[in-house]
Amino acid sequence: MSSTTDTAHHGHDDHHHGPAYGITRWLFTTNHKDLGVLYMSFGLLMFFIGGAMAMVIRAELFQPGLNVVDPYFFNQMTTMHALVMIFGAVMPALTGLANWLIPVQIGAPDMALPRINNWAFWLLPAGFVLLLATLFMPGGGPAGGWTMYPPLVLQLGDAFPFLIFAVHILGISSIMGSINIVATVLNMRAPGMTLMKMPLFVWTWLITAFLMIAVMPVLAGAVTMLLTDQYFGTSFFDAAGGGDPVMFQHIFWFFGHPEVYILILPAFGIVSAILPTFSRKPLFGYSSMVYATAAIAFLSFIVWAHHMFTVGLPLAGQLFFMFATMLVAVPTGVKIFNWMATMWRGSMTFETPMLFSIAFVVLFTVGGLSGVMLALAPVDLQYHDTYFVVAHFHYVLVSGTVFAIMAAVYYWLPKWTGHMYDEKLGKIHFWVSAISVNVLFFPQHFLGLAGMPRRIPDYALQFAEFNMISSIGGFVFGFSQLLFLYIIIKCVRGGEKATDQVWDGAQGLEWTLPSPAPYHTFDTPPVVR
Amino acid sequence: MSQAEGSYYVPHDSRWPVFGIPGMTLLAAGFSVYLNGGDWGVPMMVLGAVITIIMTVMWFRDVVNESVAGKYNAQVDISFRQGMAWFIFSEVMFFGVFFGALFYARVFSIPWLSGGDPATSQYLWDSVVLSWPTAGPGMLDLQYQAMGAWALPTINTLILLTSGVTLTWAHHAIKENHRQKVIIGLGLTVALGLMFSSIQAYEYFYAWDELNLRMDTGIYGSLFYMLTGFHGVHVIIGALTLFVILLRVIKGHFTADDHFGFEAAAWYWHFVDVVWLGLFVFVYLI
Amino acid sequence: MTSKMLVRALTAVGLLGLLPIAAAAPGESEWRKPWGLNLPEGVTSLSQQAYDLHMLVFYIVCAIGAFVFIGIFYSIWKFRHSQGAKPANFHHNTTVEVVWTVVPFLILLGIAVPATQTMIKMEDTSGYDMTVKVTGYQWMWEYEYMDEDISFFSRLDRDSQRARQRDPEISPQEVEHYLLDVDNPLVVPIDKKIRFLLTANDVIHSWWVPELGWKKDTIPGFINEAWARIEEPGVYRGQCAELCGRDHGFMPIVVIALEQDEYDDWVAEQNGDVAAAGDDPADVDVDADAGADEVADEQLEDMSQDELMSLGGQVYDSQCLACHRAEGEGMGSFPALAGNDEVTGDVSQVKDVIINGVSGTAMQAFGGRLDDREIAGLVTYIRNAWGNDAGDLVQPSEIRDAR
Ligand code: HEA
Ligand code: HEA
Ligand code: HEC
Ligand code: CUA
Ligand SMILES: [Cu+2]
Repeated sequence: MSSTTDTAHHGHDDHHHGPAYGITRWLFTTNHKDLGVLYMSFGLLMFFIGGAMAMVIRAELFQPGLNVVDPYFFNQMTTMHALVMIFGAVMPALTGLANWLIPVQIGAPDMALPRINNWAFWLLPAGFVLLLATLFMPGGGPAGGWTMYPPLVLQLGDAFPFLIFAVHILGISSIMGSINIVATVLNMRAPGMTLMKMPLFVWTWLITAFLMIAVMPVLAGAVTMLLTDQYFGTSFFDAAGGGDPVMFQHIFWFFGHPEVYILILPAFGIVSAILPTFSRKPLFGYSSMVYATAAIAFLSFIVWAHHMFTVGLPLAGQLFFMFATMLVAVPTGVKIFNWMATMWRGSMTFETPMLFSIAFVVLFTVGGLSGVMLALAPVDLQYHDTYFVVAHFHYVLVSGTVFAIMAAVYYWLPKWTGHMYDEKLGKIHFWVSAISVNVLFFPQHFLGLAGMPRRIPDYALQFAEFNMISSIGGFVFGFSQLLFLYIIIKCVRGGEKATDQVWDGAQGLEWTLPSPAPYHTFDTPPVVR
Repeated sequence: MSQAEGSYYVPHDSRWPVFGIPGMTLLAAGFSVYLNGGDWGVPMMVLGAVITIIMTVMWFRDVVNESVAGKYNAQVDISFRQGMAWFIFSEVMFFGVFFGALFYARVFSIPWLSGGDPATSQYLWDSVVLSWPTAGPGMLDLQYQAMGAWALPTINTLILLTSGVTLTWAHHAIKENHRQKVIIGLGLTVALGLMFSSIQAYEYFYAWDELNLRMDTGIYGSLFYMLTGFHGVHVIIGALTLFVILLRVIKGHFTADDHFGFEAAAWYWHFVDVVWLGLFVFVYLI
Repeated sequence: MTSKMLVRALTAVGLLGLLPIAAAAPGESEWRKPWGLNLPEGVTSLSQQAYDLHMLVFYIVCAIGAFVFIGIFYSIWKFRHSQGAKPANFHHNTTVEVVWTVVPFLILLGIAVPATQTMIKMEDTSGYDMTVKVTGYQWMWEYEYMDEDISFFSRLDRDSQRARQRDPEISPQEVEHYLLDVDNPLVVPIDKKIRFLLTANDVIHSWWVPELGWKKDTIPGFINEAWARIEEPGVYRGQCAELCGRDHGFMPIVVIALEQDEYDDWVAEQNGDVAAAGDDPADVDVDADAGADEVADEQLEDMSQDELMSLGGQVYDSQCLACHRAEGEGMGSFPALAGNDEVTGDVSQVKDVIINGVSGTAMQAFGGRLDDREIAGLVTYIRNAWGNDAGDLVQPSEIRDAR
């Protein structure tokens, strides 16, 4: 890892000026920090929209009976919640972090393709205008699940083509953003910043970006076939014409499984930055972390059908995908153990970012271990499409990725704004979130095992107790995110002045910059030794 | 690796995305409205398309101007190369989906439907036996013919292969700074591209009318049009790009060692070429 | 078994015209109860194996989890800065890294072996004694006994149906097996290897009874196979487990497993005169459709407008409401019937749509499932309800002619 740097000359190049004034600064900007802020703000907005939908879900499931919404609207909420959270909240938030951090972590003046960067960002609002607008159309929004399986998805009304094109546009955005990241990492590193000196966050994003370039087109192809099946008479997913609805699932999950690692790998990178800082000890096993990340990415391409154990795969397929999926636990385990070894014999303090990171390691492990249970094909025939799966993926997504993003926000906020956030409120936010998220999702394991299918608006009476507990946890978790918002706003507006170093043990080029970091950094590349 | 002079060109602002993205949104929304049978679909699409095209043209104009003004150093050049290479990789994956669908249908779904999965074929499809190409077990009364490989597609294969050669020839010429040869080579390539597209258009009419081969004639028709259609679109885009490059060559934008625009277009064209070979083998031949 | 449960079981079986043997009706599974935490051990060898595997891997992951968490919390406690911990400076150690790569791998290998064995067994449908074909519909199941010439539809029971509405007439708490009960359960014998052929008519569903140990998707156009040999008589409940549209949550499955002789009686009963059990005009539940085509002549007497409208309304609410909605307003790709010229226009067209369905769409053929009276009521109803004003009556005899 890079640590010693020559920072004598940054930020003094005269042909650059500061940001433009007013709205055009944000509309036209090609500055990676501005775009990072835009991406992250967009992600935050979508987190609240997607979260509000989750609250509708939890409110309906609070008690048996149809209490709040119509079943069809419930399905819309489930579908949109997932699409908004994944494509609107988590991916943009992570891309925003990449935008802000990668150039400063590798000592580059900006991203490699600044105009593409701007374009990729503004495609997001376009995609979500199309997607969210469907909620106000006759017939409502998409309701076939975020997995969009045909033939069900073909029953959508007016929303259908909007859904398809929204996915296309979001796909273009992700591909463009990722190409930019790959080009930046491979081409823009400061002298001396060799690949194996890059911070892990950069490494994980490099591999994530590669995954995105590889699989977003696959999703685009899949939904294109849905479109032609619906409007142009093709029979890709229709047995009568020689197609197969299950073929869509194969294609979707060829995208979908790498997609879930797209959501987690940058989170691994974040945690790998934060744990060493607050343990005051270098990251354990840097190079095995890199290889583990690459191994996970590779494996992610050959495990997709573990989402499809119940569709009637041939036996050989069941077994192959079961073995491959189980294998993922090995490189992931390497990461977990490396983090443990990083903390081992360190000298730990527990500021908010550290708290979220430790919670990440613990709760992600819970989610990962339930993932290994799901990987066992013969038992997945029981688990599949129950709340056990819902519990699994919220552990890895919410107390995994989302916690890591929150950790990142607390960790770098002082660098971004120049102010310290309110540590006391941060800690409150952490504790309320960490407790409530478990109240929210842990009982869902039981619900699933006890036989509650997912994607249902109403359930048999025996599930009432755990659902109510889960909903209460959900409301508390939801409200505690308002605190998060408040802390961010408060920190942006003022607060104790942050030092350049901010955290004692923090290492990396970004900490050599002033806080807040100037608009342009590393116009002249630093020299990394 | 970065250049010591530290003059990586970072444009100050970029107006075209925010100008063009409403256009793209309009295009998508308009198409959706059209597909839903709404009246406003087509005008929305036209407006959206116009805005999108303006965005593309203006954007490229900016880039060309900057390039000509010499703002891009070698490092910027590498970024562009990376960008183009990864973009083509994403396109490979995009085509991969449709090839994957083709293999899936031929290796799995068709055999399953016709006996490979006894219960399925016995209880649901009267044990029909299907052989590729097929319209599927539920459309047996559809009469159509498959597109043979030997007439038009072979001619088209030759055309595309030749165009690859002329393009490479032009590339060598550009490296030798031989502008006249470049213009001829590129001109020929574009002409061959157009020829390919015209023949394909003819092939489509022929398939549609004479062979009764349509998008709705089951999985074979679906795959045939999907694969050749997306390829055809790429040929047209590629030819258009090469044409723009031709104009730029005529204007003298490129030098023997600085002609990334040319190379990017050439990569793209070769990629489209290779896809066609895949198509020829897997769609037409076997 | 409580007496209330017995009553339910009786009604369930009774609906099938099986009063004589109802006294021996099997009991509820003990597994479904509030605060349930775990998978059922189930009543087949497959479910038992799945359960064992589940518990095995569960204990293993608990152990791994315990190791990880104890390690982390020990570090947190022991190496606190506030306790004056001084950081070490090591950053790798090949030996431990190899160990924690190899050991998990071996553990996984250990799990993979029994998992593979179970998987192989699950896929082996050979040597079966009987075959049941299961077809998923939006939103009900059809069961066909391939060896018996018995087939019927199975949908959410009426009490649940009433309780699951917004502002329901009865509350869910009052329904014994809320959302887990059907009008016509699947009846099967114990100790027989039953082969299930699973398919669907419209969208993908998934047939799942936890106590049998598996779920399997039903894919339109394809047949999936699965099997079960139920070892204990009883009532086993499950649900559709693949999102299939609006009422995905409301298409339960009930399997009643009987001793062989009771099952034989049941089969005999089915093959006899089923119409006798289904002739209550107020009973709009879809009974075994064996009788639908052979409705006795006297039932084809003309009906009054009120009779037609009220029967039609009832059938509509149970069969059509799910798609065309309560006020006929439709939803998405399901057309509105209110204010629809097609519906108030050519009456033979409307009869045709209902009897034969619209192929390639979700609109199924109801001719096989509803009798002439019911369809007559329906046609009359949809042409005259919600402001539709065709103004005519359609009589059962006309439906018979239209078939
Ligand atoms: C961030 C996202 C994320 C991540 C990281 C993961 C990680 C994993 N997931 Fe998950 N998964 C999802 C998101 C994610 N998943 C989503 C969204 C779905 C549902 C989609 C839908 O249907 O809508 C899903 C569904 C899903 C299924 C399908 C379930 C079903 O529908 O029936 C399966 C099955 O195999 C699975 C498995 C795994 C496995 C094995 C891992 C592994 O990567 C986990 C590895 C981690 C560990 C194992 C813990 C740490 C390791 C150790 C401490 C080492 C020692 C451990 C052992 C030896 C066991 N996941
Ligand atoms: C990154 C992805 C992500 C994230 C962050 C979340 C976050 C949450 N999800 Fe998840 N979810 C998915 C991805 C995600 N989800 C996916 C992929 C599915 C599957 C969809 C499918 O089946 O197709 C799913 C499905 C899903 C279900 C199952 C639905 C069903 O099967 O029918 C449930 C049910 O409890 C649920 C709940 C929640 C909750 C309570 C949160 C919470 O963490 C959200 C917390 C955030 C907020 C609440 C916002 C902030 C606060 C406010 C807006 C203020 C107002 C607050 C109140 C009114 C209390 N989600
Ligand atoms: C699973 C969903 C579903 C159910 C249940 C259903 N329908 Fe339909 N119905 C449809 C769909 C979808 C169409 C549109 C078919 C088409 O595209 O032509 C339709 C079309 C119709 C039409 C023709 C309307 C027109 O505009 O042409 C009538 C009449 C009709 N249904 C009546 C009924 C009646 C009566 C019932 C109950 C016995 C019923 N439907 C149950 C889905 C359903
Ligand atoms: Cu049928 Cu869900
Ligand atoms: Cu997966």
